[in-house]
Amino acid sequence: MTLKGTVHKYSKDNIDTDVILPGPYLKIHDHAELSKHAMEGIDTNFSKKVSKGDFLLAGNNFGCGSSREHAPIALSHCGINAVIAPSFARIFYRNCVDGGYLLPLEVEKSTLEQISDKDSLEIDIEKNEIHDVSNGKKFLIRPFPPLIKKIIDCGGLMYYKE
Amino acid sequence: MNITEKIIARASNKNTVSPGDVVFGNVDKLMIHDVSGPGVIKVFEEWSKRGIQLEKVWDADKIWVSEDHFVPSADRISAENISKLTDWAKKFGIKKHFKYGLGQYGICHTLSHEEALVLPGEFYVGGDSHTNTTGALGALAVGLGHTDIAYAMMHGRIWLKVPETMLFKLVGKKPPHIMAKDIILKIISDIGTDGANYKAMEFAGDVVSEMSMEERLTLTNMTTEAGAKNGIIEPDAVTDEYIRQRTANPYRPVSGDDPNYLEEYTYEIDKLEPTVAKPYSPQNAAAARELQGVEVNKAYIGSCTGAKLEDLRSAAQILKGKKVKIRTEVLPAAQSIYLKAMKEGLIEIFMEAGAVVGPPTCGACCGAHMGILAKDEICVSTTNRNFPGRMGHVESQTYLASPLVVAASALKGKITDPRDIAK
Repeated sequence: MTLKGTVHKYSKDNIDTDVILPGPYLKIHDHAELSKHAMEGIDTNFSKKVSKGDFLLAGNNFGCGSSREHAPIALSHCGINAVIAPSFARIFYRNCVDGGYLLPLEVEKSTLEQISDKDSLEIDIEKNEIHDVSNGKKFLIRPFPPLIKKIIDCGGLMYYKE
Repeated sequence: MNITEKIIARASNKNTVSPGDVVFGNVDKLMIHDVSGPGVIKVFEEWSKRGIQLEKVWDADKIWVSEDHFVPSADRISAENISKLTDWAKKFGIKKHFKYGLGQYGICHTLSHEEALVLPGEFYVGGDSHTNTTGALGALAVGLGHTDIAYAMMHGRIWLKVPETMLFKLVGKKPPHIMAKDIILKIISDIGTDGANYKAMEFAGDVVSEMSMEERLTLTNMTTEAGAKNGIIEPDAVTDEYIRQRTANPYRPVSGDDPNYLEEYTYEIDKLEPTVAKPYSPQNAAAARELQGVEVNKAYIGSCTGAKLEDLRSAAQILKGKKVKIRTEVLPAAQSIYLKAMKEGLIEIFMEAGAVVGPPTCGACCGAHMGILAKDEICVSTTNRNFPGRMGHVESQTYLASPLVVAASALKGKITDPRDIAK
């Protein structure tokens, strides 16, 4: 499976769920409505910048903070197909995979510096490889653990059979 | 195995487990609240469109519901969420529903211990990140998102990776001006907000043995802020007494048996200073005395972290007979705690000091509902997080501190060490 899209870069570490989807919107459960507020704590125009199939590139410990599934839902319904970061907070990571919303892709810290905002990326999930078409560089993705890969291949935990 | 591993082994019907193993565990208890509950219902609605119907929940008696984030309802959406959650819980036969305005209710994590809804040795999952709190009872308490909770509700099982465990030994004699909150803020400042990501944090040592259950709960509550999967404390006589005051239900505690730890840290508590986390991260710690010139607009004593009965007692001890200089809000964490505080005269102390006392709600802690901060406002708070926008406007600021520090700061209108308040 190869994913193609433009990357949106926010290189800060510890981008937390209060930034990804602020608390006042927790009462909203309509996915389209939530998507309008994605990343509002860091960029109020985020949802307008994103096209379907795009990627988000961020620093360490992306998604730390609360367990709100609103966070990956808002990102995914804006069009984000994968978040690329050196590390993820555990509940956010689970929510992305188990809900089948988007892919959390772990990369080396140095990858963050070498991909620029608005670069075009091609991501090969089977080969665990990111190809930055804009600068010609290639980067490795840390392979998914076996269970995580199975859940992703099923399309989410709902379809997974033990 | 250490206690986290032992509980996972028991829950997954295995003799032993090791860090890194991925297992499916049988859930003993499950919680949803008025944010995660409607989120879980939405997941079931989406599943139903794809042919997967929830006919019945795995065990209605093991599930409980709390109303805490958006009560009392301030708008139509919040009211409809509560109404939808109520109908849904009724439909699936869930009887333990702690309703706002109908007897006991309060913050979900506070109810978990105050009502002994979770017992030592159990595997408990909650639809909220601060589910870690309940680990102070010697349970494996793990926070999950909506899909995971929906899956667990349907199957009574959920996958989990056995975490590596970090041991924190708290030794020495805890001075009276130091609370569990100072200790955990210091630990988070040392290891960072991702210092325990995917890991368990276990607390032990003389200081923990001598700590009350409510203070222990502050330690485990804040493990979430270091990214931990769970926080845990081995059950002892304090645990047993706390549980027995609340329920006669039997339980099976676990104890460590040749335990293995990834890392061990020792903290000498005698030397610790009252500690404050500056904006915009719980790891951004400084001694209260280093910050004593910092002026604040609001003092907040609330949340699952800092509005248990002992938190209120500590704040009252500082505020008694004095007047606050800045607006101060006190929200006891549960109705039962509110009532006990009233009987002890604490509510009178708060009100005579000029503070407002409000109904239990997560409210202002997550900037979602009631008492939120305006642009550039600064709050000193007994809560757990201070990310940008956490308690209101993205350019407001929150300093996290113990109830003693928050009360002392309320009297001076600036960050204050409780030792600097004249008796």
